[in-house]
Amino acid sequence: MSLLEERRPAAKPTAMPLVAPQIPAYAPWLAAVLAGGIAALAGLLLGWSLVAVVLVAWALLVVGLPAWSAAIEGERRAKDRLVTTIAWSTFALAMIPLASLAWEVVENGHAIISSEFLTYDMRGVLGAGGGIYHALMGTLIITALATAISVPIGVMAAIYLVEYGKGNRLARTITFLVDVMTGIPSIVAGLFAFALFTMIFGPGVRFGIGGAVALSVLMIPIVVRATEEMLKLVPEELREASYALGVPKWRTIVKVVLPTALGGIVTGVTLAIARVAGETAPLLIIVGTTTTLNLNPFDGRMATLPVFIFSSVTTGGKYDAEQTARAWGAALVLVAIVMTLNLLARAVGKVFAPKTGR
Amino acid sequence: MATSIDISDLNIYYGDFLAVEGVGMTIRARSVTAFIGPSGCGKSTFLRSLNRMHEVIPGARVEGKVVVDGQSLYDPSVDPVAVRRQIGMVFQRPNPFPTMSIYENVLAGNRLNSKRMKKAEADDIVERSLRGANLWTEVKDRLGKPGMGLSGGQQQRLCIARAIAVEPQVLLMDEPCSALDPISTAAIEDLIHELKSDYTIVIVTHNMQQAARVSDDTGFFNLKAAGEPGHLVEFNATSKVFSNPDDPSTEAYISGRFG
Ligand SMILES: Nc1ncnc2c1ncn2[C@@H]1O[C@H](COP(=O)(O)OP(=O)(O)OP(=O)(O)O)[C@@H](O)[C@H]1O
Ligand SMILES: [Mg+2]
Repeated sequence: MSLLEERRPAAKPTAMPLVAPQIPAYAPWLAAVLAGGIAALAGLLLGWSLVAVVLVAWALLVVGLPAWSAAIEGERRAKDRLVTTIAWSTFALAMIPLASLAWEVVENGHAIISSEFLTYDMRGVLGAGGGIYHALMGTLIITALATAISVPIGVMAAIYLVEYGKGNRLARTITFLVDVMTGIPSIVAGLFAFALFTMIFGPGVRFGIGGAVALSVLMIPIVVRATEEMLKLVPEELREASYALGVPKWRTIVKVVLPTALGGIVTGVTLAIARVAGETAPLLIIVGTTTTLNLNPFDGRMATLPVFIFSSVTTGGKYDAEQTARAWGAALVLVAIVMTLNLLARAVGKVFAPKTGR
Repeated sequence: MATSIDISDLNIYYGDFLAVEGVGMTIRARSVTAFIGPSGCGKSTFLRSLNRMHEVIPGARVEGKVVVDGQSLYDPSVDPVAVRRQIGMVFQRPNPFPTMSIYENVLAGNRLNSKRMKKAEADDIVERSLRGANLWTEVKDRLGKPGMGLSGGQQQRLCIARAIAVEPQVLLMDEPCSALDPISTAAIEDLIHELKSDYTIVIVTHNMQQAARVSDDTGFFNLKAAGEPGHLVEFNATSKVFSNPDDPSTEAYISGRFG
């Protein structure tokens, strides 16, 4: 025992200072409340607008908290507080449009949502009543078709690029074209589908599948890009492990590479769906719109939620108020669909993510 | 059944870079052959050229002859997939499949090639392979858990179990024990002794005692100078290499007087 104690060096307080004075953990909150309080008080006395009060409160916080920290904790921590405060502020700033958009849509749209609104179409409806069933089904059918077209094409193109092309000239060309396609304006995709089907079926053609093709043009590059990035993340060692077991390349891709990347691919695909579900311009051109339910995407016009919203607010006239209300309701439903898809993407990504068990 | 491998004048390239030059040797059937040599001299590269794993790397190619069981390995008519089914490999770094459980990892070679088998048969293969790799007692209660959840050394033993589960004719092992404790190392060496009666085994190791303990023949690889290709300095019976080597540099390397 004595040996052990002897070996241990005597604690010298100055040799290795690990403790430093700190302001309390709740300091940022306290500073924020104080800054807000002071600004509000000044605002009341001097008759400032709300925006001015918020700006002054923010300025007080950005100056005050680091100053407090500098006085007690020293310069390094003060800098840290300053940058942290700015990061939080920009985050809050970014949330403002998002939150206000969600609020706006819910506030204006929730009143009209009812079982009738969701299960009736607009046949013969002029004033109040009617619903968006036809547009809802149109959006679901056309988006599902677009997904069915673009996922196989996109995933297989990405497989070619990563597993077979590996930097040869064709692969580089395809990558370049995909990058160009990512930037195609949606209206051009619509025009492309319109021109294509006009050439095949003659002028004035309108049907759902055309919209699905137009949306695919927008979706494929997103799917290719997302899949490509995920496949590149699969370590070469896993492919080699599979080859060394005598597994052919295509089976290695199907059974080892794709499952390993599946979580990311599914997330990418779902985000691509969410991205095109709200497209308006291409559908306006090639699908048109209608007031009745049409479940056949190969024959005739179909209504879709974005186009329904567009035409509801642009028609005008005697029933403008009812139409605007329905447009908000449809917008709420559309946002809900996109949100659900996003949540679904995260859940699915979690489920399929490679498990470490740690 | 077991297979001997004849190698003559083998040059191995990564693109334009000649990594290994002019190797010739005969790996005897039903024996253990060890490769030793300093880091970067091309042991892994050479090992990977024996089951055509080398060409998986873009730009990598091989010149010369490797004859397995009377067939030239690099003949255009030879199917690399068929080669790898007969010549299995354990890699320097453990690489279990992250999407699969321990059980599925062991059976991966069979399952990925969609070989049909009964549950009892599959269970039997899993237990036998894991016992062989000295992993069974540690994982028998969590076979359904992900293979990635094991420690590094356990993952390496899982990869060994996966390689022997398909019962290849030849087993190439690239530093299989570099991440293992002495007990598991001893178990792997026991396994090598056991497998030797049926299989041909080639092992790369940095552990001289291990090479001396497990192998019948030993090949010493070296670099003439930095940037020069690696080459085979000496290939002899292990007893000779470790007691009375032909080449002075072999002796210097083995006895630790290297430079
Ligand atoms: N994928 C690759 N591309 C290009 N060069 C490579 C590649 N892999 C290895 N090399 C080079 O080939 C030479 C031999 O490498 P190798 O991995 O075979 O060495 P090693 O003897 O196994 O070394 P260690 O004992 O460290 O594992 C080295 O010069 C290395 O840089
Ligand atoms: Mg190596």
